[in-house]
Amino acid sequence: METFEGPSGSVTTYLVVYVAILAISGLQILVAYSSIETASMLFRMLALAIVQAGLAITFFMHMKSEKRNLALFLLPATVFVLAMMNMIWSDSFRLLTMRPFAH
Amino acid sequence: MSEANLTMHSTAIEAREAPAFAIPHKKLVMWLFIISDAVTFGAILFAYGYLRNATTDWPKPFESASVLNAYIMTCVLVTSSLTMLLAIRAAKSGEKPRAIVWAWLTMAGGLMFALLHVKEWLGLIRQGLTLLANPWGSGLFGAAFFSITGLHLTHVVAGCVAISVVTLGYKRGRYDSMDLEIWGLYWHFVDLVWMFVVPLVYLLNLKR
Repeated sequence: METFEGPSGSVTTYLVVYVAILAISGLQILVAYSSIETASMLFRMLALAIVQAGLAITFFMHMKSEKRNLALFLLPATVFVLAMMNMIWSDSFRLLTMRPFAH
Repeated sequence: MSEANLTMHSTAIEAREAPAFAIPHKKLVMWLFIISDAVTFGAILFAYGYLRNATTDWPKPFESASVLNAYIMTCVLVTSSLTMLLAIRAAKSGEKPRAIVWAWLTMAGGLMFALLHVKEWLGLIRQGLTLLANPWGSGLFGAAFFSITGLHLTHVVAGCVAISVVTLGYKRGRYDSMDLEIWGLYWHFVDLVWMFVVPLVYLLNLKR
């Protein structure tokens, strides 16, 4: 029977990633209190959240130490489905410009 | 069955049962669950974005106290991810008692997160937020807020239950470090989702 040890990172790496994730959360709060447009704020916050998610997937979920094929199997499909969901925005803006029906 | 047939048969079974991506089948199942759940959360967050964008009187009810609470909740959840990693690490190096302590600390973190979440909900409900109405603007806000945070909270509570079951099983020798690692994946995913919920639901709806 085949046994699986599974990947295991160092405690130092975990601590660095932990601090980085919390620091990025703090940065998001700074962005939230800055006086910039909502769209710009949204993109900055999403960019920071994607970096956080990337750190969590790579180091906490050990994607870095798994076979590359696993990431190639899982990530493109997920990203593709999420990207396809962006087709809703045109309708969302249509509702906005069709006021007063947009309630 | 001839010897040649038997050999071919056993080779076929081995080929069929070879683990995909060199990980155990149950770990692959957890990854598949995670990506399907990621898409579920993605869909609900996109729906929220759709509503928020198309509604002119979208409420912005969150004050600094809510932001501070959300940050504390983030700290608690990320810390519980760290303790889960330490539990898995200890389990892999054969330090069973230490692994069990870290796993219980993870569950405690999850419960603390849930309590802080319920406190946040009760505060908003006291201010008049319901599923269908609120004193600040569009009634859709309550439905969106409670759906997203409620789905996440359900995942946290389910994770606490699963970690308890796996930890007890690990203590009794029914489960091993791989089971802890698999539920660790789930726990980190719950953490990961929260990283998107905070900016989109809380920070973008900050009272100014």
